Amino acid sequence: MTTNRRDFLKIAGASALTLITPSILNPLWAKETVRIPGQDFTPAKALAAKRWAMVVEPAKCPEGCTDCTAACHAVHNVPNFGNPKDEVKWIWTEPFAAVFPGENHRYQGQSLQKMRLPVLCNHCENPPCVRVCPTKATFRRPDGIVMMDYHRCIGCRLCMAGCPYGARSMNYRDPRPFIARFNPDFPTRTKGVVEKCNFCEERLAKGIMPACVLACKEKALTFGDAENSRSEVRLAIDKRFSLPRRAGLGTAPQVYYIL
Amino acid sequence: MLEKALKGNHGYWIWIAGLLVIITIGIFFYMRQLDYGLGVTGMSRDVSWGLYIAQFTFLVGIAASAVMLVLPYYLHDYKAFGKITVLGEFLAVAAVVMCILFVFVDLGQPARVMNVLLYPQPTSILFWDMVVLSGYLLINIVTGWVILSCTRNEIPPPAWVKPLIYLSIPWAVSIHTVTAFIYAGLPGRDFWLTAIMAPRFLASAFASGPALLIVLCLILKRFGGFDAGAKAIGALAKIVTYALAVSIFLVGVEVFTVFYSGLPEHEASFIYMFAGLHGHHNLAPWMWTSAVLAFAALGALIVPAVRRREGWLALACIAVFISLWIEKGLGLVITGFIPSSLGAVTEYAPTGTEIAIVLGIWSIGFLILTLFYKIFATVRSGLDSTTNGSAANGKC
Repeated sequence: MTTNRRDFLKIAGASALTLITPSILNPLWAKETVRIPGQDFTPAKALAAKRWAMVVEPAKCPEGCTDCTAACHAVHNVPNFGNPKDEVKWIWTEPFAAVFPGENHRYQGQSLQKMRLPVLCNHCENPPCVRVCPTKATFRRPDGIVMMDYHRCIGCRLCMAGCPYGARSMNYRDPRPFIARFNPDFPTRTKGVVEKCNFCEERLAKGIMPACVLACKEKALTFGDAENSRSEVRLAIDKRFSLPRRAGLGTAPQVYYIL
Repeated sequence: MLEKALKGNHGYWIWIAGLLVIITIGIFFYMRQLDYGLGVTGMSRDVSWGLYIAQFTFLVGIAASAVMLVLPYYLHDYKAFGKITVLGEFLAVAAVVMCILFVFVDLGQPARVMNVLLYPQPTSILFWDMVVLSGYLLINIVTGWVILSCTRNEIPPPAWVKPLIYLSIPWAVSIHTVTAFIYAGLPGRDFWLTAIMAPRFLASAFASGPALLIVLCLILKRFGGFDAGAKAIGALAKIVTYALAVSIFLVGVEVFTVFYSGLPEHEASFIYMFAGLHGHHNLAPWMWTSAVLAFAALGALIVPAVRRREGWLALACIAVFISLWIEKGLGLVITGFIPSSLGAVTEYAPTGTEIAIVLGIWSIGFLILTLFYKIFATVRSGLDSTTNGSAANGKC
């Protein structure tokens, strides 16, 4: 059989078309499933949700307790520079007046005034950090988790200016010498990139709940699917008055505080 | 034409050498920053932008101000500006180059800067700022160079330059508007969250830019053998006066809204700037200097007799420049982070390394400006002497 130039081009064209077909059709059936970046499939045991959310009950927090911070920072190789200027933090505690400035007043009860509340990235439904990032290095997954691509971040820190919650930290210097114990299951970061809480997406993919939630002995942190009316988070907020931080900004935070 | 920058007297070469020394020092300190990270600067988790981004913001204004020469000349046929529009365009080129460098040295991962083009995010104002700034740089290099070449050869500029010049007018407004939008669109930063941010930027730009141009023209007159003419300088001085008045007015409007409404989060930043907050008042002396200089300059400039005296005019223009540099190149960016999102008052002070890098970039800007202005002055003086018929030997 002799192949002329025309036939060859036809066959080559048809073959090329079959190569790109899956990527055209793929989004159609991939819409509802949770895709894990870097993996083509969702592991069977992975925890999935339509919208991940957290409920915090700071009244349960014992004074001076830092279990959630310690667990999170150990799991995620968060460096400890030992100074507030370069500080990197994913979850930590702040006084009531700092977390809810709009809800505070002069005669607020002592229990609230003295309370320290755990704060972390709010995984906003309408995140300003995602909107302002010039490289899509920070993005929102379909399940609501706001994530960072540490390899794409150029370190411009516009997201830090954009975040109304102070949830983001910059690696002002090489973090690796300041990590007490390496966790080989999670990447370390390089200098010059921004990082923040990722709702433990790497643990959810393995079917494990977030580190801070498991570390809290008082069960002050609840994690689950906000879209599922029978999930633990919904049961927790259905019964009591809850507040997201600075709701008036329109960011729709997915961390709810029961006060 | 470039060879004209290579002939100069002793003073010229000493100035160039001085700039090169400062640039070298700046590069040395930038290498240190590259090695260690942005931790060598005074920036922190709370105040995550400092002198670099503030310089960038101020210089976008200087770049935009070229329109104040181009618009009267090309749209209103104001002939007095005919000789100096090129000076405005070259000032814009030098300023945009500085802007780009200031953003670049502010990046934590400068090697990845091309990610902005590889993965463009149209919802990001920084992406659009990159687009408008590079476009503006291109427009001004091309128009400035073509017009100067045509001036030298004593031919009218080609027809295709005209549309480009007309385009540069709205484009100049766009670069400063987009830069203002970087700040004015962030929900959590009350100090920046104001619709008059862009008008304020433009007003202060049209005061500080022409003020710098006046000073540069007076320097060219004394050392470069080029006289822009009393009429052009006088018109520029009027522009500075009006723009400064509008700029002060807009700040006043902002202050009224903030303090009469009494919104505590909006008040806090202004109180920090002028009086200090929780015992922190690093910026207060600077901001008062800026305010006093602005009012003093306005008081001087509204008197026509003062505007006509070159010495006084230069002094007033320097006051305008310093005042607005403090306002935008220091106060506006840093105060946006004070108090922080969590109510903390963390102060910012640039480190020596940071200042060395800033001076290095300013020197690069002045070097570009000097070379362009040297070429311009040489071309012009050759031309003027030819028309005078005194040294018409074809060598210029």
